[in-house]
Amino acid sequence: MSDLTEIFSVLMKGINITITVLIASAILSYLVAFIAGFGRLSNNIFIRKFTGFYVEVFRGTSLIVQLFWFYYALPGLFDIQLSSDFWAAVIAIAMNYGAYMSEIVRGSILSVAKGQREAATALNMSRFQRMRLVILPQAVRMMLPEFGNYLIQMLKATSLVSLVGLTDILYHGDIFRSTHLSLAPTVYILILIFYFILALPLIWLTRWAEKQSSKGVASE
Amino acid sequence: MTWNWNYVVESLPAIFQGMWITLGLTIACYLFAMLFGFVWTFVRRIPWRPLQMAVAFIMEFIRSTPPLVQLFFLYYAWPMVPYVGLTLDPITVAIIGLGVHFSTYIAEIYRSGIESIDKGQWEAATALNLSLKDKWTKIILPQAIPPTIPMLGNYLIIMFKEVPLTSTIGVAGMLHAANNFGSKNFAYLEPLTLVALFFLVMSYPTAVLFRKLEQRMNRRFDKNNPTGKIDKGVVT
Repeated sequence: MSDLTEIFSVLMKGINITITVLIASAILSYLVAFIAGFGRLSNNIFIRKFTGFYVEVFRGTSLIVQLFWFYYALPGLFDIQLSSDFWAAVIAIAMNYGAYMSEIVRGSILSVAKGQREAATALNMSRFQRMRLVILPQAVRMMLPEFGNYLIQMLKATSLVSLVGLTDILYHGDIFRSTHLSLAPTVYILILIFYFILALPLIWLTRWAEKQSSKGVASE
Repeated sequence: MTWNWNYVVESLPAIFQGMWITLGLTIACYLFAMLFGFVWTFVRRIPWRPLQMAVAFIMEFIRSTPPLVQLFFLYYAWPMVPYVGLTLDPITVAIIGLGVHFSTYIAEIYRSGIESIDKGQWEAATALNLSLKDKWTKIILPQAIPPTIPMLGNYLIIMFKEVPLTSTIGVAGMLHAANNFGSKNFAYLEPLTLVALFFLVMSYPTAVLFRKLEQRMNRRFDKNNPTGKIDKGVVT
């Protein structure tokens, strides 16, 4: 039992980093998702092509490769310093999931019933008003469940930051395991339980979002 | 330190060798996930409530915890587990770890395929007094499988992108080769960029292919367009 409490206190040291990385990458990735999602729908062909290129590159390569690239390779190229390991990790996760979620933003906006767009035009709304008052409120509802799913994916992805020297749950667990080899099963089971407990509210949030997603959306 | 073409040329052979391991492992993990997905789907159909709830919980647990930790658990901790513990080599760990992790997702796809079938089909099969085997092989599965193919294809690509995780337990795939080269020559930029390019070149065309397939499938299984004829005048 004393082993359990010891491991527990070791893992608690890392929970701060795990949650901070998750929140930072989540906020940043939603931002990226909306910018890229709108970019793909832009009238300007250059913006469309450029965001399309970004999305395909980040969806086509592996997150762990991107993380290592931002951490090891980018500082060497053009001497860009992302100022810290923390930001290298957060930017990698945010760019990766932002690319995935931009597809959801784009798809949801396109799937708002056509009549809604036409009605807004008939009411003499400007492009901006049409988006803000009519299309987005309905599109965002449709995005919610998938956003929730990706939030769980992002939580899982935060475990990768231990590979680039951030001291998250997994990092502390690994250090402890390397000095107490016989306790390895307990350590990893506990780490898994930690992640699961962190995921639980996100799972419930996603289920709630699924209930909400169809409300107040005009269907054809 | 800037881009150095010499490093590209020097690291290319090792990364190319790693590519075969990455690809082979992707296929192996994927097949294992497909098979294990059947196990989940089958067990979940057993009409005994406690079992269903237990299996649902286990699946949720596997799905919402990081695959990296699951790999570490199998690799570092499994040998220490009393009675059933045994030492596994990295490749086996990769196949079991990633296979089981993604089998929970693939089981959901199977389930959605089975649930998409109209209730009337089940009733008709019962009315015709078909045996259990005939009901599944002649009525249910032939209709359930095709719509799931594009989704299953997406998971092949996702699996391909998750396999580099296994470099952390010593599987000598592309990423492992790049990191080795990087630590030897203190040049990470070129090999890592090469690995990213390799991934892009392989996964992008595959993704486009499955997207096209999905569009065709959607037309084929479109309830509003049962003939499956493509109306060239309509831009979808």
